[in-house]
Amino acid sequence: MSDTVEKVSIIISRGSLEGIYPGLIMANGARMEGIEANVFFTFFGLDAINKAKHEHVKVATVGNPGLHLATWAGGMPGVSALITHQLAREMERLDIPPIPEFVEMIADSGAGIFACKASVDLFKLTSEDFIPQVNDIITVGEFYGLAGGGQIIFT
Amino acid sequence: MSTVTLAGAEVEVDPEGFLLDARQWNEQIAQEIARQAGIDALTERHWQVVNFMRQSFLDTGSAPSIRTLGKASGVPIKELYELFPKGPAKLAAKIGGIPKPRGCI
Repeated sequence: MSDTVEKVSIIISRGSLEGIYPGLIMANGARMEGIEANVFFTFFGLDAINKAKHEHVKVATVGNPGLHLATWAGGMPGVSALITHQLAREMERLDIPPIPEFVEMIADSGAGIFACKASVDLFKLTSEDFIPQVNDIITVGEFYGLAGGGQIIFT
Repeated sequence: MSTVTLAGAEVEVDPEGFLLDARQWNEQIAQEIARQAGIDALTERHWQVVNFMRQSFLDTGSAPSIRTLGKASGVPIKELYELFPKGPAKLAAKIGGIPKPRGCI
């Protein structure tokens, strides 16, 4: 195996803000280094490419010990929206785009954007539900085919 | 750090070939770095990106993110990657004689 990374296939499986961003940053960062990249959205990760949901992704404020917030407080109405808003403002300051713009940027950079067929079927979605940047809805087998010759990163 | 000869001029570069002193840069050096990176001739569009990168660095002390590059250089992201397939921000910085961008975005 070569000592440089030439190709990555990144799986984004979670639908929270903190679940989606790391994979997007890894994908964008790969393209910035000239590394070939594919992004495969599965399960709740599909929210990042769902037209109706991609603007409304929130930080998980319950069951997220990293926030150092009591579980009961995290569950109060509006807390998730508030923390998401604060984080979004900080990200804008660092020139990190909101999810819809970020996914578009990654697609424009030449990365492949794919939706997981099993999850699409499970949530009763169709290609109409997704942003136009989605290249295809593919099976796990097809994903492995695309990922050939590179590294697979699960997030 | 090492010293290399580019377009007849001695310049100091980091291990990846980025100029350490932006003042040592000139357009002939840019052409030579581009050739070494596989871009045979810098077009007007390449120059637009390279000049934007360089100017942003000289003005602010840091290279712009790929997002800013796509929004403010006048060259959209898709075309940036066509012009610089091995990474627009990195390569435009190298050709423009400024340090390697350190941002993650």
